[in-house]
Amino acid sequence: MDLGQFLSDANNLAWLIPVGPLLAFLVITLITNKATLVSADEGGHYADHNHPAYPGLKVPVVADWSRVASIVVGMSGVIAAWLISIAVVTNAAGVADFGKYVLESSVRWMDTGAGGFSMGVLVDPATVAMLIMVPLACTLIFIYSIGYMAHDPRQARFFSLIALFSGAMLTLVVADNLLLLFVGWEIMGLCSFMLIGFWFEKPSAYKAAVKAFTTTRVADVIMLLGIAYLYAVTGTLSFREIVYNVEVLEGLAELPAIIIPGLSAAGLIGICLIIGTIGKSAQFPLHVWLPDAMEGPTPVSAMIHAAAMVSAGIFALLRMFPLFEAGGHPHDGVYTPPLLLMAIAGSLTAIFAATIALAQNDVKKVLAYSTISQLGFMVAALGIGAFVAAFFHLLTHAFFKALLFMASGSVIHGMEHGEHHVHHHAHDDEDEHDHAHETPLLAAESHGHDAHDTASHDAHGHDAHGHGEHTAHAPHFDPQDMMNMGGLRKTMPVTFITFLIGGLSLAGFPLVTAGFWSKDEILLDAWYGVTNGYGPHALVFVLLAISAFLTAFYTMRQIGLTFMGEARTEEAKHANLGRGVVAFTMTLPLVVLAFFAIFAGFVGVHPDFPIFGSIFSPNGNPFFDFITTSLAVKPEKVGFYWVPVLTSFAVGLGGIGLGYLMYWRKPLVAGQEDPLVKILGTTLHTTLKNKYYFDELYTIIFILPAQWFSKNVAYEFLDKGVIDGTLHFTGRLFTWIGDFIKVMNAWLIDGFGDGLSEMIGRAGIWFRRMQSGSVQQYLLIVALAAIVIVIVFALSTGVLQAAP
Amino acid sequence: MLTFGFPVLSLIIFLPIVAAVIILLIPKEQKDLVRGIAIAAAGAVFGLSLFVYLGYNANLASIQAAQDAALNAGFSVGTAQFNATLAYVERMDWLPALGISYHLAVDGLNAPMVLLTGMVTVTGVLVSWKIEDRTKEFMAFFLLLVSGVYGVFVAMDLFVLFFFYELAIFPMYLLIATYGWVKLREYAAMKLTLYILVGSVVALIGVIAMVLTASNFFLSPEGAVIFETAKASGLLPASAQTFSFDMTQLTLAGESGAFDVLGYAGSDVLSFARVWFPFIFIGFGVLAGVFPFHNWSPDGHVAAPTAVSMIHAGVLMKLGAYAALRCGVQLMPEGAQVHLPWIVILTVINVVYGAFIAFRQRDFKYVIGFSSVSHMGLVAMGWTTMNLTGMTGAGLQMFSHGAMTALFFGCVGMVYDRAHTRDIPSLGGFMKVLPWVGFAFIIGGLTSMGMPGLSGFIAEFTIFVGLWQASPDVSLQIGGFTLSNYYSIIVILSALGIVITAAYVLRVTGQVFFGEYHPERFPDVVPLTYREKFVLVFLAAPLVILGVLPSVMAPMLETGLRPVLTLLGGA
Repeated sequence: MDLGQFLSDANNLAWLIPVGPLLAFLVITLITNKATLVSADEGGHYADHNHPAYPGLKVPVVADWSRVASIVVGMSGVIAAWLISIAVVTNAAGVADFGKYVLESSVRWMDTGAGGFSMGVLVDPATVAMLIMVPLACTLIFIYSIGYMAHDPRQARFFSLIALFSGAMLTLVVADNLLLLFVGWEIMGLCSFMLIGFWFEKPSAYKAAVKAFTTTRVADVIMLLGIAYLYAVTGTLSFREIVYNVEVLEGLAELPAIIIPGLSAAGLIGICLIIGTIGKSAQFPLHVWLPDAMEGPTPVSAMIHAAAMVSAGIFALLRMFPLFEAGGHPHDGVYTPPLLLMAIAGSLTAIFAATIALAQNDVKKVLAYSTISQLGFMVAALGIGAFVAAFFHLLTHAFFKALLFMASGSVIHGMEHGEHHVHHHAHDDEDEHDHAHETPLLAAESHGHDAHDTASHDAHGHDAHGHGEHTAHAPHFDPQDMMNMGGLRKTMPVTFITFLIGGLSLAGFPLVTAGFWSKDEILLDAWYGVTNGYGPHALVFVLLAISAFLTAFYTMRQIGLTFMGEARTEEAKHANLGRGVVAFTMTLPLVVLAFFAIFAGFVGVHPDFPIFGSIFSPNGNPFFDFITTSLAVKPEKVGFYWVPVLTSFAVGLGGIGLGYLMYWRKPLVAGQEDPLVKILGTTLHTTLKNKYYFDELYTIIFILPAQWFSKNVAYEFLDKGVIDGTLHFTGRLFTWIGDFIKVMNAWLIDGFGDGLSEMIGRAGIWFRRMQSGSVQQYLLIVALAAIVIVIVFALSTGVLQAAP
Repeated sequence: MLTFGFPVLSLIIFLPIVAAVIILLIPKEQKDLVRGIAIAAAGAVFGLSLFVYLGYNANLASIQAAQDAALNAGFSVGTAQFNATLAYVERMDWLPALGISYHLAVDGLNAPMVLLTGMVTVTGVLVSWKIEDRTKEFMAFFLLLVSGVYGVFVAMDLFVLFFFYELAIFPMYLLIATYGWVKLREYAAMKLTLYILVGSVVALIGVIAMVLTASNFFLSPEGAVIFETAKASGLLPASAQTFSFDMTQLTLAGESGAFDVLGYAGSDVLSFARVWFPFIFIGFGVLAGVFPFHNWSPDGHVAAPTAVSMIHAGVLMKLGAYAALRCGVQLMPEGAQVHLPWIVILTVINVVYGAFIAFRQRDFKYVIGFSSVSHMGLVAMGWTTMNLTGMTGAGLQMFSHGAMTALFFGCVGMVYDRAHTRDIPSLGGFMKVLPWVGFAFIIGGLTSMGMPGLSGFIAEFTIFVGLWQASPDVSLQIGGFTLSNYYSIIVILSALGIVITAAYVLRVTGQVFFGEYHPERFPDVVPLTYREKFVLVFLAAPLVILGVLPSVMAPMLETGLRPVLTLLGGA
C-alpha cells in the first residue's frame, strides 16, 4: 500500500497515534538501552561502595550516549503522538456534523469462521476528548521523568516502559472495538506490573507489582469472558455496531442471559465489563492493589493514576455505557442491574476511600486513596446515568491528579535531597555540594567529586522508601512520610503553589477550579433524581456529598502537613530541587498542569449557572453538546437546581475551612501527634490507617484457602493421594497378582510340568531295577506274571465260577 | 493438490534416523562431531518443516477452493473435503495383504505441528550441547525420538501412525531413565512409558475394531456401492481394498455411517462409535494429559533432561491431542457428539486443577509440569466445542503452548544448570545475572496467562468464544436428567484456571527472578552463551509473531478443521 495515499485519507491518520510511542519502545529496548557490566571497584562510578542493588556483582553502567539517546527517542515518540493527535483533532473538527459522522478505518485481523475479528481506529467525540488530555499528560510525564529519573542507572529501561505504556493507552483510546481496547488495556496492565516492580530488588516493590497484576487480572479475566460472550451473541465487537446501534442494544436487552435467570444478555455482559473496570480503576472491593502500587517511581504513579490506567477503566465504561443502560432509563428512574452495580460500587468506594485517606501519613498514599475515591465519583455518576458529568470529571481529574502526583514526586525528591544533604554532606564543603547540583546530571556525568553524589542518588532512587542502605543511618528515615515534612513552602515555592492549585481543584474550591465544576455536575445530576424520589440517585447524592467534604478536608491536611508551619526534621529544612535541568524538567509540567487544573473546568459549565453560565456556556453546555452527539440515545439535560450548587459550596468550603483550622492555623510541630487521632479516637483512626484491614481480610478469605486447597486437597490428597495412590495401588496389586501367579506357577504349573518329567524319571529308575541281569529274578518275575495271567484268565472266562 | 518433486515428508522423517545411525558409527570420543551432525540434521529438518509449512500456507487459496468444490460435488463431501486438504501426499502400498499403505500428507492441522517439531528439535539439540556423558547415545536417541514424532504427525494411515507412535516411546524411556534427574528418573520413566503404552494399546484395539467394522461395511451391498463410487471418482485409489488402515477410507466409512449403526454389542442404544469413541479419544488423550490420566506428565517432565522435557511437553503432548482429534472426532463424529459433552468436564478439571497444583509447587520444574497439564486441558476443551471458533482456538493453543512450554523448560534448564537447585524459595534475583532468561520467562508466562499481543491470548479468547457459541446447542443427558447450556459454566470455571495461572506465573517470576540475589549461594552462575540466547529468541519469537498476526496460522488451521466440521455436521 502506498503510505502517502494511505495517510492522505483523514480516516487513517489515527492509526499513527500509538505508533510513535510503540516505535520508541522498540528502539529503546533493542538499540539504545545499552549497559556495560563494570565491576564495582572499576571505572570509578561506584568507587566508594558497592552499588546497593548489586552487592558483590558487576554493575550495569549505562553509557552517557545510551541514556541521552533513550530520552531523545522516548521524547520524540511521545511528542510525535501528541502532534498527530492534534492533527487528528483538527481533522475531526473539520468533519461536518461530527459525531454523527466520525473518522474510522479498520482492517481484518483474523478470521475464525463465525465472523472473524477486525482491528480498527475510531475517532468520535469521546476519542477527541481523550486525545486532548492523554497525549498532553503523557508528554508532560515524559518531561518530568527526565529529571526525576536522572540518577537512576536504569533510566533507559524506564523510558522504554513508559513509552510502551503510553502507546498502549493511546491504542485503547483510538480503538474502534472492544478487542483492541482490551489489548491496550492488558498491555497497560503488564507495563504497570513492570513499572511498579521497577526497583525489583526491593521485596515490597515486586510484591506490590505481583499484587497489582494479580488483582487486576482477576477482573480482566471476567471482563474477557464478557467480551467473549458479547462476541458469541452478536458476532462483532465494534463499538459502532454495538453501542451506537439501537437495534442491537434492544436485542441484547431482550435476550435472556445464559446462566442467571432474570438477567438480560446486556445485563450479564455489562456486569462482566464493569467488573473489569472495578479491577482496573481500583474500585471497591478490588481496590487493594492501588495504594501498594505507590512502590513504583513517582512518574509511574502519575501515569497509572491520572493519565492512563485508571482512566482507561472509566473510559471503557463510558464507551460501553449505552450497553449498560440498555433496557433501562435512569432519567426516569428505571435502572438496569449494571447501572445499580455502578451506582452502589462507585458511591461506596468514594466514601470508603476518602475515609482511609484521612488517616494516611504517606504523601503518595493519600493521593492514591484520593484517586480511588474520585474514580468512585465517576463510576457512581455513570450508575445514575450522568454520562456527561462522569466524562467531564474524568478529564478534569486527570489534569489535577497528574499535577498532584508529580508535585508530590517533587516533594519526595526534595526530601531525599535534604536527607542526602544531612547525612552525607553535613561536614562537607557546601559549595562543592551545590556545584554538583548545578551541573546538569542528565547522564552519568559522575567524575571526581561528583561520583559520590551520583552514587548516593542512585541509592535514593532504589531506596525511595528508606530501605537497604539507609538502615545504616539510624534512625530510619522515610522521605514520603508527611510527619517528617513541614515548612516546605519556603524551600520549594513552585511546587507549593502548583500543589496548592491542584489540591484546591481536588477539594472543589468553588467557582475558580476545574474540580468544582465537574463535581458540581455530578451532584446536580444526582439531585435531579432526588427531586423525583429515585433511591439510587439519593444514595449517590448523599455519599458523594460527604465524600466531597472529606476530600476537601484531607487535601488541606496534606498541604498543611507538607508545606505549612516549620520544618519538623533536619531533612525537611534542606529539602529542595536544586537548580538545573533536573529542577526545570520537574517543574515545567507542574506549571502546565496547574493551568489546566484551573481552566479545564470552564468548558462544561451549566448554562443556567448564574453569571458563569452566560459567560462560558451562552449556547448551552459546550462539553455536553459535543460529547453526546455520537450517542444513539442522547442523555437528557438536567435543569439547574440551587441545592446541589449550595451543597458543593458548603462541602468544598467546609472541608477546606476545617482543614485550614486544624492544620494551617496551628501547624504541627516536631513530635506532635496528629490532632485527628484524638478526634476520631484511636480505634477508628487505627482502623482507617490500616485500610479497614482489607489486605489482612483478603489474605484470610482468599489467599490462604487457595493455598491450602492447592497444597492439601489438590496436590497432596487428590493428585498424590487418590490418583497416584490408585496408580501405586494398581502397581502393587499387579505385583501381588504377579507374586501369586509366580507361586502358582512354581507350585501348580511348574509342579505339573516338572512332576511329569520327574515321574517319568522315577518310573525309569524303578523299571531299571528290573534289568538287573540276575536270572533268578527274571524267573521269579516270569512266574509271578504267569500266576497273574492265569488268575485273570480264569476270572474272565468263568472257569472259577463253575467250580463251587 | 499440492505436491513437490521429491518426497519431502519422508525426508523429514528419515533424515533424523539416518543421522542417528551415522552418529552411532562415530567413535564416542569425537563429541563435537556428534554434536555437529546432530545440529546439522536438526537444522535440515527444521528447514524442511518450515518449507512444508510455508508451502502449505502459500497455497491456502487453492486448497480452500478445492474444499469448496468438494463441498459442491455433493458426494461424501466430508471425505472429499478432507482429501482436498491433504498436501505433499506420498502414498504407496506397504503390506497390501494387511491393508497397510505408507501414506503421508500434511493438512492444516498438522502443518503447524510439523513446524513446531522442527523448532523444538533445533532448540533441543542446542540446549543439550553440553551433555558430556554418553553424548553420542543421547543425540542418537534424541533424533530417533524426533523422527517418531514427525511420523505420527504426518501419517495418514493408522498403522503407520501407531508404528511411529511406539517408535517415539522407546527412545523417550531410555533418555529419561539414563540422562534424567537421579532421584526420580527410573520411577518417572517407567510411569510415563506404562501410561502411554496402556493408552495406546487401548486406542490400538479400538482402531483394529474400527478397521474391521469398516471392512465389513464395504463388503455389505450398500457399502460396496459407496466403495466403488469412491474408487471411480478418485477419492480412493484404484488399488484400494475393503480392509484398510487408510485414513481417507476410514473417514469415508465413518461419513457413510458405518460406525453409527445401532444394535452394536446386542444393544439397541449402542453403536460402534458410541462404544469405542471414549476408548480412542481418551486412549490418545492420556498422552495429552487428560484428567485423571495426567500424572505421568509432571513426573516425566521433572525427571527428564531439559531437551527431553522440551520435546515432551512441547510436542509429545500435542501428539496425543492431535491423534485424539484425528482418530476420534474425525472418524467417529457421532461418538464425538455423544461423548464430548461429558469429556468437557474432564478438561475443565484439567485446567483448574493443574493450575491449582502448579500454584503450590516448590520445585520450579513441577510448576511448569503442572502448567502443561492445565494448558493442555484448554486444547481438549477447544475440541469439545465442536465449532470452528473453538477448534481453531485449540489448534492455536497447541502451537502456542508447544513453543511456550519449550521456552519455559529451556529457561528452567538454564537456571538449574547454573544454580544446581530448582527449589523456588531458595532462588532469587536471577534477573540481574541472567536477564535474558528472566525476560524470556516473563514472555512465556505472559503467553500462558493470555496477555494480548502474545499467542496465548488469541488462543484462549477464541476457545472461550467457541464455548459460549456452543453453549446453547450442547446438552448432556444423565439418566432422566438433562443438563443444558452448561458450557457457559465451563467457561467461567476455566477462567478461574486462567486467574490462578496468572498467580503462579507471577509468584514464580517474583521469587526466582526478582528479589535479592545472593552470589555466595550460586558460585557457578555464568552468563548465557550465544547458543542459549539463540534458543530463547528462537522460541519466544513465534509467540510474539502469532500473537500479533494470528492470520499466519488461523486460516491454515481452518482448512484443516473444515472437513472435521463437515463430518460433525453431517453425522
